[in-house]
Amino acid sequence: MTLALAVAVAALALLPLGYIAWYTADIGWTGVRELVFRPRVGELLWNTTRLVVGTVACCAVLGLAAAWLVARSSVPGRRVWHVLLVAPLAVPAFVNSYAWISLLPGLDTYAGALLVVTLSYFPFVYLPLAAAFRGLDPALEETARGLGLSGWAVFLRVQLPQLRVALLGGSLLVALHLLAEFGALQMLRYPTFTTAIYDQYRATFNGPGATMLAGVLVLLCLVLLVAELRLRGRRGYARTGRGAARPVRPVALRAFTGPVLLGLAVLVALALLVPLGSLGYWMVAGADAALDWAALAGTTGTTLALAAAAAAATTALALPTGWLAVRARGRLSTLLERSTYLGSAVPGIVVALALVTLSVRVTPWLYQTMPVLLAAYAILFLPRAIVTVRAAVEQTAPLYDDVAASLGSSAGDRLRRVTLPLLAPGIGAGAALVFLAVVTELTATLLLAPTGTTTLATAFWSASSALDYGAAAPYAVVMVLLSAPATVLLSSDARRGLTT
Amino acid sequence: MTRPRRVIAALVSTLGAGVVLAGCGSDDDVLTVYSAQHESLVRTMLEGFTEETGIELEFRDANDSELANQIVQEGDASPADVFLTENSPAIDVVDQAGLLAPLDQATLDQVGEAYRPSSGNWVGFAARSTALIYNPSEIAEEELPASMLDLADPAWQGRVGIAAGGADFQAIVSAVLALEGEDATREWLTGLQRNAEIYASNTAIMKAVDEGEVPVGITYHYYWFRDQAQNGLIGDDAALHYFRNQDPGAFVSVSGAGVLASSDQKEQAQRLVEYLTGAAAQERLADSSALEYAVGTGIASADALPPLQELQAPEVDPGDLDAPLVTELMQEVGLL
Repeated sequence: MTLALAVAVAALALLPLGYIAWYTADIGWTGVRELVFRPRVGELLWNTTRLVVGTVACCAVLGLAAAWLVARSSVPGRRVWHVLLVAPLAVPAFVNSYAWISLLPGLDTYAGALLVVTLSYFPFVYLPLAAAFRGLDPALEETARGLGLSGWAVFLRVQLPQLRVALLGGSLLVALHLLAEFGALQMLRYPTFTTAIYDQYRATFNGPGATMLAGVLVLLCLVLLVAELRLRGRRGYARTGRGAARPVRPVALRAFTGPVLLGLAVLVALALLVPLGSLGYWMVAGADAALDWAALAGTTGTTLALAAAAAAATTALALPTGWLAVRARGRLSTLLERSTYLGSAVPGIVVALALVTLSVRVTPWLYQTMPVLLAAYAILFLPRAIVTVRAAVEQTAPLYDDVAASLGSSAGDRLRRVTLPLLAPGIGAGAALVFLAVVTELTATLLLAPTGTTTLATAFWSASSALDYGAAAPYAVVMVLLSAPATVLLSSDARRGLTT
Repeated sequence: MTRPRRVIAALVSTLGAGVVLAGCGSDDDVLTVYSAQHESLVRTMLEGFTEETGIELEFRDANDSELANQIVQEGDASPADVFLTENSPAIDVVDQAGLLAPLDQATLDQVGEAYRPSSGNWVGFAARSTALIYNPSEIAEEELPASMLDLADPAWQGRVGIAAGGADFQAIVSAVLALEGEDATREWLTGLQRNAEIYASNTAIMKAVDEGEVPVGITYHYYWFRDQAQNGLIGDDAALHYFRNQDPGAFVSVSGAGVLASSDQKEQAQRLVEYLTGAAAQERLADSSALEYAVGTGIASADALPPLQELQAPEVDPGDLDAPLVTELMQEVGLL
């Protein structure tokens, strides 16, 4: 039973990929050649690639430097800096982009796009690295130094190899987010595959042009996933000795303290103060056009209800997979779990496009309804729920269940009175993560929202697309306020928090 | 191992809740209107419709081509009763797919013949003129090209703004196609692909011209007039130039309204289109801040606008514009 459910969930997650593959096979080689091998696709490929490479490089450098400073140096106020470096995650990338472009219209260049997305995404690299630094055993470094290696050599030969998994994981996250990013880049007039698919969608609905661009985009995602696996390699690093690792003695910055503080301050100012300041400015500047409280409240209500429904549905779907991954370890359960990760690596625009077409053609009675939108959210955000549910199952020993069974409790009774209460914290955390992701989801919602449904993100989008920056600001503020608590949570437990 | 029935129960109940949520609002007395025209304009024009007729309206607002192609995909199963477009190529797509019901003759007669197709399957309810927005401190009016087609010349490289992804620009291309033919259109688009800066919307073009990013941009008239009415918030440094002389750049685009053949509430849908093209709605359009042209017979448009007849628009049958070919050509040259 559990297995059947987990298989169904994996099938749902792989639906968009399957659709793209089927469509490609259906239009055949000549169709593919006509739609894929054309100058426009080359241009998009160049744009997308150089943005991904540039952003990953910038994020890696910023993330590594910031993580080292906070975890290993004597920079004053390390706890405060840690929170401030994670805080940019509370500002969705498309809101950050709006904040910058509404103040500096000249940012619609490669450099502008690079700046804005780097500021939005560097915490994805910073967070796992900060956690990884904390996990390093200083004894190794001290031994290396004792054997005569210089400070740099220790970093390159001892620390970096141990940080590799965190660095690659963070970089992969940045790259995947970038490939899927729509709002931020559309606003910066920087065309990539995702924005081009949206333009195609607007011109032809789900025409072959849009679907084939989606095919190329999916291919790019797969290339990234494989590359990350290859680069990560099989080498593992862990302490095997007895006893606890000694706390690290921070590296004294001495004369560098001033410049380092200035650098961190500039980074935080650019990533946090500019967007928040810009939002504040537009709230005040747009105040003369009376704020429509009723519309804002209504939209917030819709968004919260939608996010709650999506959180409940997605977490429910995550349970069988998360359960099997721990309690029935094996190739099959790993495969089922990984399928959901693969499915969610597919950008939102592709998921939406696939679901639009499938629901129009196969299940017309579901077309333009809430279940389809909820299915899209589930496909996109399942891993967030699975990871936390899985961790919770991992921490509950099967013993309690066995004891209850030996005392004569029925299966359903055990589930209700033993298993679910034990899993509750994990389920709750997973639901919260999905909830927050849905609150700021733009791309899939734009394509799939049922007639008459407006969310904070789509209301913000329609106002800011019309360059009505003042009217867009309140919706952005609500989104930031709703995301802020999660960010605090992330910064307080960096190891467990980052899940996609 | 326990059988997690609770999981199943949770699954079923969430999906069930979704279906219930989705089921809300599919009342029989509600007309579903797919609308690609500006939200505020449509709402203003239809003010009073529900009070007068007791018919509730539900809108799905999106872009011209998106909705048109969506209706074609949906076919007979389309939930839409009425389709309102911003430009006519989109409603032609639906008409050519045979999905529109003929309109009542009385409704058609409320609108001038130039603003409806010969098929009689849809009717215009507003009109807008193509124009060139320019920045007088970057370029003098005498230096502007005589024809919109000249903007494909190499001299304009990097100097013209267009909103290639938008339905408005695509409608203008469809007029060029109808007037000049496929080859000339391809050539023009190829030139534009090299010359043009692409913006997300006409408002964005106006802003870019105002700030001197590009000296000129292809747009519709009302974006500038609306901004002027709001004291030039975005485009006070920009001015408007009409090409006139039956140039493709003087094309007047018609917003269309039609009733879906698949609608199970055709009578109410017909009343909506009748209302939209009737004197009351047309006058409300003329009085509104939309600043598009009214097309109702005998209705004067807003005073701020130059009379439509003076703009020397080329003669184009609004029912004969080829959106699919436009998309294909734009894909071919790399604008989409």
